[in-house]
Amino acid sequence: MKKEVVNEMKEQEYFINMGPQHPSTHGVLRLLLSLDGEIIKNVEPHLGYIHRSIEKMCERDSYKMIVHLTDRMDYLSCHMNNEAVCLSVEKAIELEVSDRVKVIRTIMSELTRLSSHQLWWGVMGMDLGAITSFLYGFRDREMITDIFEETCGARLTMNYNVPGGVMFDIPDNFQTKVKEFITHFRKKLPEYDDLLSNNIIFRSRTEGVGVLSKEDAISYGVTGPSGRASGFSCDIRKQNPYSAYDRVDFKEILYSTGDCFARYKSRIDEMWESMSIIEQLIDNIPEGSAREKTRAVIKLPKGEFYQKVETARGEFGVYIVSDGKKSPYRLKFRSPGFSTLNALNTMAKGSKIADLVAIMSTIDLVIPDIDR
Amino acid sequence: MNNQELKAKIESFGIEITFPEEETQFLTLTVNPSKLHELAKQLKEDNDTSFDYMFCQAGIDWEEYFEVIYHLRSTTHGHEVVVRTQITDRESPTVDSVYNLWKTADFHEREIFDLLGIKFNTHPDLRRIFLDDDWEGFPLRKDYKDDINIVEL
Repeated sequence: MKKEVVNEMKEQEYFINMGPQHPSTHGVLRLLLSLDGEIIKNVEPHLGYIHRSIEKMCERDSYKMIVHLTDRMDYLSCHMNNEAVCLSVEKAIELEVSDRVKVIRTIMSELTRLSSHQLWWGVMGMDLGAITSFLYGFRDREMITDIFEETCGARLTMNYNVPGGVMFDIPDNFQTKVKEFITHFRKKLPEYDDLLSNNIIFRSRTEGVGVLSKEDAISYGVTGPSGRASGFSCDIRKQNPYSAYDRVDFKEILYSTGDCFARYKSRIDEMWESMSIIEQLIDNIPEGSAREKTRAVIKLPKGEFYQKVETARGEFGVYIVSDGKKSPYRLKFRSPGFSTLNALNTMAKGSKIADLVAIMSTIDLVIPDIDR
Repeated sequence: MNNQELKAKIESFGIEITFPEEETQFLTLTVNPSKLHELAKQLKEDNDTSFDYMFCQAGIDWEEYFEVIYHLRSTTHGHEVVVRTQITDRESPTVDSVYNLWKTADFHEREIFDLLGIKFNTHPDLRRIFLDDDWEGFPLRKDYKDDINIVEL
């Protein structure tokens, strides 16, 4: 009798809810895990806890208002999201922005990318049990948010881009402050390597864990640093250069192993590249107007406009279908996190629950970006 | 391959397709929903086209009909194409799923089903993705009315 019970227990698959308030899901995401002992058999994401139907709201709003909504999706890449909408509106009304705007936008984009990766690095360390990394990450991120605050008044949801340029011209000490930050961070980034990259515990928790093959990365549309860690060359800054990316020299970071450590490394390396992009531009910001005049209410011509940009999380697409009125007939956001989350099951199947935390950290999800 | 060559190549598949008259950003083609999966398979598997990456899939309600739009890219050749298909049946709009070609269609098709109510045949797990299972109506349809959740400006 007793023996039978034991056997039954062994064969039984059981379910555990991870989230919606689990710290490592970084927001309100619920994962339904089906487990065999500690081994994950299946991961089923349940979404929609903060679905606001931004796409429906866009059908009601004017184009200048839509820019503000995009901040509330991927709040860590707010500048790039704004830029995507602005670029597609400018393309549609055939408005050419000045070189000054292009360079400012590129510098701000790279600063946003750096601050996003710093936050990611901090919370990733904390997810895996290293509290120090959180403090290091936020210490350096503070300098960037200070620059943002001085430039546009906000620290997180910046709304700095408007169709036709940027909201205000940069302050006088912008260049000095950015250069100060770069000098500071060039010294501090090796500390990140000392603390985590070369740490034996960290390496054994990430190396060979959560492998995603190149074919799967392409098929699932996993882009950004996560996709490039699997060898999928998908950098929009190289593929379709926008703003000032065609006049800077930088490397597209590619790894081939596709495990957690490769995803980690690709972001660390990307921070070096971002700093080099900023350094190339910061001393030669051309003169010109910071904002072209546009109509109070912009009307787009009839047609369809697609614009993609590279955010800190990957390829972000804005697909505007216009019927010639002041608001779009339909607007679709292709958000990078949505596609990346789709591949989570493939990455996590067969690994342990503790590994899922590492996988979740390295794919760097922002939940409002997924739920929209 | 440039757009002209690509156009000739896709026409040589022998599937009935139409091209729009006005100029578009990407090479665009429209196909009947019944032929969609056949065309998609050819586009992905032919070595000259090899569209292996679907970067966007969207649905639109045009009131008279629904439209599903597939944005495709080839990672080997670097060319892009937009495939559109129009579904006139408003009561139960249905089109074949492309999940077996591009796995990203899993979430994208669930989203389109959730917000527009377009069903995808042979999708492995078609159910609402954002809204509750007992939600009534499809919010992105133009005739959707919700006095509580939608604030008009």
